[in-house]
Amino acid sequence: MIRKLLAATLALGVSTSAAIAAEVKIGFVTTLTTPAAVIGRDMVDAAKLAVKHMNGKMAGLDVKLIVEDDGFRPDVGRQKTVKLVKQDKVDFLTGYIWSHVLLASRKPALDAGKFLISANAGPSPLAGKLCHENFFSASWQNDQVPMAMGEVLNQLGVKTLYIIAPNYAAGKNIVAGVTRTFKGKVLGKDFTRWGKDAQLDFSAELAKAKASGAEALFAFYPGKAGGAFIKQYAQAGLEKAMKLFTVFTVDAISLPKFQKAGLKVVLGSRSTHFWSPDLDNPANRKFVADFRKEYGRYPSFYAAQAYDAINLIRAGVEGAKGDLKNADAIRAAMKKADFGSVRGRFTYGNNHFPIQNFYLREVVEDPEDNWTSRIVKTVYRNHQDPYAKECPLK
Amino acid sequence: MDTALLVTQIVNGLQLGILLFLVASGLTLVFGILDFVNLAHGAYYMLGAFISATLARWTGSWPLSVLLALPLVALIGVFTERVVARPLYGRSHLAQVLATFGLILVIDAVAMLVWGVEGQAVELPAWLNGRVTLPGGAELPAYRLVIIGSGLAVAAGLYAWVHHTRFGMLVRAAAANRDMAEALGVDTARLYAAVFALGAALAGLAGMLVAPLTEASLAMGLEIIIIALVVIIIGGIGSLKGAFVAALLAGLVDTLGRAWLDDLFKLAMSPEAAETAAPAVSAMSVYLLMALILALRPQGLFPPRTRGHGQ
Repeated sequence: MIRKLLAATLALGVSTSAAIAAEVKIGFVTTLTTPAAVIGRDMVDAAKLAVKHMNGKMAGLDVKLIVEDDGFRPDVGRQKTVKLVKQDKVDFLTGYIWSHVLLASRKPALDAGKFLISANAGPSPLAGKLCHENFFSASWQNDQVPMAMGEVLNQLGVKTLYIIAPNYAAGKNIVAGVTRTFKGKVLGKDFTRWGKDAQLDFSAELAKAKASGAEALFAFYPGKAGGAFIKQYAQAGLEKAMKLFTVFTVDAISLPKFQKAGLKVVLGSRSTHFWSPDLDNPANRKFVADFRKEYGRYPSFYAAQAYDAINLIRAGVEGAKGDLKNADAIRAAMKKADFGSVRGRFTYGNNHFPIQNFYLREVVEDPEDNWTSRIVKTVYRNHQDPYAKECPLK
Repeated sequence: MDTALLVTQIVNGLQLGILLFLVASGLTLVFGILDFVNLAHGAYYMLGAFISATLARWTGSWPLSVLLALPLVALIGVFTERVVARPLYGRSHLAQVLATFGLILVIDAVAMLVWGVEGQAVELPAWLNGRVTLPGGAELPAYRLVIIGSGLAVAAGLYAWVHHTRFGMLVRAAAANRDMAEALGVDTARLYAAVFALGAALAGLAGMLVAPLTEASLAMGLEIIIIALVVIIIGGIGSLKGAFVAALLAGLVDTLGRAWLDDLFKLAMSPEAAETAAPAVSAMSVYLLMALILALRPQGLFPPRTRGHGQ
């Protein structure tokens, strides 16, 4: 009797594990609460669109997307990563908006032998000393976008700069990035409180920036803080005294809101990026058109990265012909980066961060009167992050 | 030192302090008079911002939206008092904290269903979007002066109301000794509902004033409630005067810390170390102020003379 029961249990176990093997489980850790939830929503929408575009299949296996909310907090993000690894037994982990959340979640994911794919955050340690064979970036390294901005400032002949950024891992990287390439003088820097009770009133910092007499102001404020920052910049009457240059601040998430509030100061404002909705390649045209049809708004760069992350996973799964146990084959296929990225063709460096182009974008009004971004010119061609050489991977 | 910059930063600090006062005054009134801990007080701040943002879009006028939104937030205050707070008067603070924490979750969820996850930006009329030059050369956004002006007007109104009207006298009587006030025939149920509504409207007003600076967003209530609690602890729980002084103090300490702490630290350490340490210390400057005040005056700066709650 006992033996029969055991056999039945075993058989049941075998059959359920067989059922598990017939699907690719992707854990998606992002922010669905707090005001940063708008970013998470854009990413989840794009990931769902990617799955829809592949008819819900990768190499014949069903795709199961399990979305978790990090609550904008590293401890919660880590907890959710552990839950996805241990309880849901996912094959891939992706999402991750925030550098501090990704850094906290890195160990439980990689120690369990899972593939970890950042769909946004690109903290310097993961590009350098902490790089890992199973970690891939579907976005950029934090320093690269502001490095391109520093280059743009040099080309415009800007001599003096004031910097305001949030006080967390990515804020530090971004400031390091712009100061690495900017050849003029930085007259002052402010790092402001960030996270759940982030500072949203920048009066003190803007007054300091104005008093410094710098020609230009550089800022990095993703999410709702960006709107607050630009509004207060305009209210303080700084647009004549010092020109504003931003990265990751004016995007498809903030633009509709700026437009509703009639904040004309952002029209024509310039930022650097690896992607833009008007980037002309077949994958991007399809992505932008279908995203707009499905959700009635322009996709943000976060959405583009999430879409790419899912397609990168698909390239890995298909390279291993659906054998999810064959990590070497999955890794080799992902490293080729041959999946029709919305940013166009790119390659992976030794640290599994993209070597890609960076563009200067400006805010314009499209023919249907929506505010959106347009590429002005290419700043960097095939640019690699500065930390790759610290990474021991080949 | 550059006086224009100093003046600008002091005005910035006052403006932050005024917003804190508007939230903290309602909290301290409800706590001091009703002996009720309302963690959901920040929710009125958020609702004020969202409701005025929506009304501003409908009516096309931000000042009008504030006038219309104030009674609406007060009504929400009355409703939550009746449904959540009234059954819990006289119960332990833990029960009140649990219930009002639940109320935060409910209001946040409702706000998310009604307004979605994106924030709502509020457009100011052009005459508020300009700048004013003060003597001494400091150029300030006009709107920040509007915040300070309206906050001071409210503070003066509150003072007059509490100290020079019959209703204010009843409020003071109930705060001093609830049982005695009731024994003398004061309708405390009506009084409490009125105080609750007033507190909600004040917090709502703060939200309406801050929305054009930042935006109306979910979780903005949680951001303000902690610092508002700090303010009423510094000021002495139940004291309006304490809340006023403590709020201005907290606003100034926070703003001036952000403005000059890095320069100050550079005198004692390397520029790199100062750059890292200053934001960390300025983020906790208000809490350091609270710790200092609690060490010297555990009852706060202006504790009310009597707080008989007959327990």
